[in-house]
Amino acid sequence: MTNIVVLVKQVPDTYSERKLSETDHTLDRESADAVLDEINERAVEEALKIKEAGEGEVTVVCVGPDRATDAIRKALSMGADKAVHVSDPALHGSDVLATAKVIAAAIQRVEGVDLVIAGNESSDGGAGAVPAILAELLGLPQLTHAHHVNVEGSAIKVDRETADEGLTHLEASLPALVSVTEKINEPRYPSFKGIMAAKKKPVETLTVGDLGVDAGEVGLANAWSSVVESAPKPPRSAGVRVEDEGDGGTKVAEYLVGQKLI
Amino acid sequence: MPAERLLPTTEAEDLLALARDIAREELAPLAGEFEAAERFPREQFRLLGKSGLLGLPYPERWGGGDVTYEVYLQVLEELATAWMSVGVGLSVHTMSCFALAYYGTDEQRERWLPGMLGGDLLGAYALSESHAGSDAAALSTRAVRDGDRYLVTGAKAWITHGGKADFYTTMVRTGEKDAAGGKGSGISCLLVDADTPGLSAAPPERKMGMTASTTSQLLFEGAPVGADRLIGGEGTGLKIALDSLASGRLGIAACSVGLAQAALDEAVAYAKQRTQFGKSIIEFQGVEFLLADMAAAVESSRATYLEAARRKDRGLPFARQASIAKLVATDAAMKVTTDAVQVLGGAGYTKDFPVERYMREAKVPQIFEGTNQIQRMVIARELRKG
Repeated sequence: MTNIVVLVKQVPDTYSERKLSETDHTLDRESADAVLDEINERAVEEALKIKEAGEGEVTVVCVGPDRATDAIRKALSMGADKAVHVSDPALHGSDVLATAKVIAAAIQRVEGVDLVIAGNESSDGGAGAVPAILAELLGLPQLTHAHHVNVEGSAIKVDRETADEGLTHLEASLPALVSVTEKINEPRYPSFKGIMAAKKKPVETLTVGDLGVDAGEVGLANAWSSVVESAPKPPRSAGVRVEDEGDGGTKVAEYLVGQKLI
Repeated sequence: MPAERLLPTTEAEDLLALARDIAREELAPLAGEFEAAERFPREQFRLLGKSGLLGLPYPERWGGGDVTYEVYLQVLEELATAWMSVGVGLSVHTMSCFALAYYGTDEQRERWLPGMLGGDLLGAYALSESHAGSDAAALSTRAVRDGDRYLVTGAKAWITHGGKADFYTTMVRTGEKDAAGGKGSGISCLLVDADTPGLSAAPPERKMGMTASTTSQLLFEGAPVGADRLIGGEGTGLKIALDSLASGRLGIAACSVGLAQAALDEAVAYAKQRTQFGKSIIEFQGVEFLLADMAAAVESSRATYLEAARRKDRGLPFARQASIAKLVATDAAMKVTTDAVQVLGGAGYTKDFPVERYMREAKVPQIFEGTNQIQRMVIARELRKG
């Protein structure tokens, strides 16, 4: 019996144009379609695979505004069993530290957690720090950037892959925290039966106060970093044109060296 | 721009989101290549089956999804926007389950319907013959009773999924046409397994469009079909066939709206980025009015099929509305796809852009499941009755 918590986040669809709000430089959630972050679909998939290989229960934990229920429902329709949703206006603009603190408090409400699975980074904020901070707060071994996970009894083995360090093999005893990369798996589509089943699954909705976290520790005003200024991405420039006078290859190589690409 | 929809429930919204995900990620990227290679998308139908999309408008009791036509047709439209052959294939499959679902006995439904709705099997509908198209009652494929089975001999024509399907809902002649019995007498419906001995498919037709979808003749040479596979009584086949078509037409209308939407999206995207005389061509009235008319045709066609679907869902008569939806939506798709080629100009006429394919694909919906001339006859008949 493996009890698994999966962290999920609702993000703006990467297919649509994403913006920051002009007033406080936080994410403009109204400007784009909101979806379950794809990396979280992979985290859910991995949890379901572990559950299906043996026995267990998958609980989805989400911190986000009310409309994040859509992302939670997607995870439940894929096959997760229940959900905890922390929704509180006080959380608007929280940094990674406050977010991790709230997630940790939410996870502590789930009984007998053996494994926490997260995506390695979100496609919106992209700090990539929450899994590690969370492991510290919960006192769990952290097995980050996993592209392969194997749970055997009370042991977990992970292949960790990063661009800087290459491949390493990690091993820990449960309970533990894993963050997964894009390469971990191909997430399943929900089925229509899964969609119908999702509406009957329990979702516990909590505020920061319900978790015993002080509202003064979270939100934009209490963040350790602040965005002073932001500007939209400049339009693409025309690029460099190389005339091939027999030395085209050399010129292309020189350009790439100049850009530190080779 | 994806179609804007008002859906009745959260589950319907999630279902449409699923359909859009599958359309965007699994269907759209393959459509051009498969159409060019005339490759049948059997694996893609398996994915639809696994996702529970091959039995949507039928009762949960038999493994269906129990969704209304209003919702099912919009799923169909989304899939057809990505790939017309898959949309039409799903519509044909759904129609091929109609006879058993509505006219079968409980025993027959229990035996076969869960497999047909459950996702592994793909169906086909066999009514037309080479000399019996619009005049379907003239069909001559014969089923002769031989103990507890029928021996079927003849050739059905224009069968979508011919040679690819797992079962064929087939209209056959079990008796003579007699003056007293009306023109449909003597026609019966058999649910034929694809593995039946003496049943084979002729080589696929070489078509103008929808080339990934196989269409062929179906040859019966004394093929034995168990008498327990007779759906409804002997002589009820034509009524079953026409009833199936009334619902099937709504599917074709929805697919045609999807196809027209795809052409409109392509035309708008092109007109925004193509510049002539120093500005985007969408800024010119000649082009923007064309695009506006295309949008009006797409959205009014959508409203028309949804109105017919809502009548069906409420148990009201909908034959006239279904024929109007089929007529309006398929004519609109022909016009919209032709105009999309016009917006793209020379580029639109090449195979480097999908709109010439859309234009070829739009022609056949004006022809199949009752030509648009037959739709006018149905509409006029309903007017005379009223």
